[in-house]
Amino acid sequence: MLKAGDFAVLAAGTAAVAALAWWAWLAPSALADTALVRAAGKVVHSVPLNRAQILVVSGPLGPTRIEIAPGRARVQADPSPRQLCVRQGWLVRAGDAALCLPNQVSLELRGRQSPYDTLGY
Amino acid sequence: MAANPLMTPSAIELHVTAEDRCMARLAALALGLTLAEAVIPSPIPGVKPGLANIIVLLVLLQYGWRAAAWVSGLRVLAGGILLGMLFAPGFWLSAAGACASLAALAAARHLPARHFGPVSLSVIAAFAHIAGQLALAAAWLLPAAAIFKMLPVFAAAALVFGTVNGVAAARLLPRMALAAPAPDRRQSGPCPTL
Repeated sequence: MLKAGDFAVLAAGTAAVAALAWWAWLAPSALADTALVRAAGKVVHSVPLNRAQILVVSGPLGPTRIEIAPGRARVQADPSPRQLCVRQGWLVRAGDAALCLPNQVSLELRGRQSPYDTLGY
Repeated sequence: MAANPLMTPSAIELHVTAEDRCMARLAALALGLTLAEAVIPSPIPGVKPGLANIIVLLVLLQYGWRAAAWVSGLRVLAGGILLGMLFAPGFWLSAAGACASLAALAAARHLPARHFGPVSLSVIAAFAHIAGQLALAAAWLLPAAAIFKMLPVFAAAALVFGTVNGVAAARLLPRMALAAPAPDRRQSGPCPTL
C-alpha cells in the first residue's frame, strides 16, 4: 500500500514536526547563557551559565546567595521576608528574572537574543 | 386568462445533471463524516481527525480535482449551516483549511503515481490544511506568538491524521469503483468522469 514516495513524504513530515518542535520549544535562542545580578539597580555580576558557582551579594537586609549551575540559576537564600525570589526556583530561559525586592537584589537571565529591550523594576 | 408568452415561466426549472447528483451524493458522504466528527470531544481546539478528507481524497483520485473542489466546498458550506456556525470564525478557519489543502492537492496530484500513493496526498493535504487554518488564525484571531508555541502539536496531528486518512483512502479506493450501483437507479447512478 505504501510506496517509496509515501515513505519519503512521511519522513519529511516527521522531520517537519521535529523541526517545528525544536524551533518553537527548544531553540537555543530561548535558552539563557548569561546571568546578570544587580544590587540596588547596578550590575554587580555578569557570569556565563557554564559552571557551578555561588555568588554572594549584599543588600540592605543582608547577603543574598545566588547559585549558578550549567544552563540555569536560582536565588538560593535571601533575607527578604516573603522569600518570593527563592521560591521561584531555577530560572532557565532568557528573560526570566527573580527579584528580591526589599533586599534590592535581582537575578536576570540573558540569552543570545534578548526577548526584551529593557526591563524596569 | 391566457398566459402572456412574453412573461418568464413561473416555475424555475433547475437542470440537474447526473454529474450534479453525483457531486451532491459525495458531498453528503463528506458532510456525514463532518457531523459525526463534530460530536467527538477534542482536548485541543482545532485538532480533529478530518475524516471528511478521506472522501475528498477518494473523489480527487476517482473523478479529478474539480470534483474534489466541489465536494470540499459543499461540505464546508453545508457543514457550516448544519453546525450553526455559517460565517462564524470556525467556518472561515474551515474554509481557509479546505482552500489551502485543495491548492496543495492541485500541485501534489501531479506527483508520479508510481511512487506516491494516497498516503502522500493525504499527508500533504493535512499539512496544507493546518497551515491554511493557522495562517488565517494568526492574521485574524490570535496573537501569532500564541500559535507559534502550539505549531508542533498541530503539525504532529496533521502527520498522524493525514497518514490514517490516507491509509483509509488507499483501502477504500479499489472498492469505490466496484460499489458504484447500477446506472438505471436514478438517485445513485455512477458518477460520470469529469
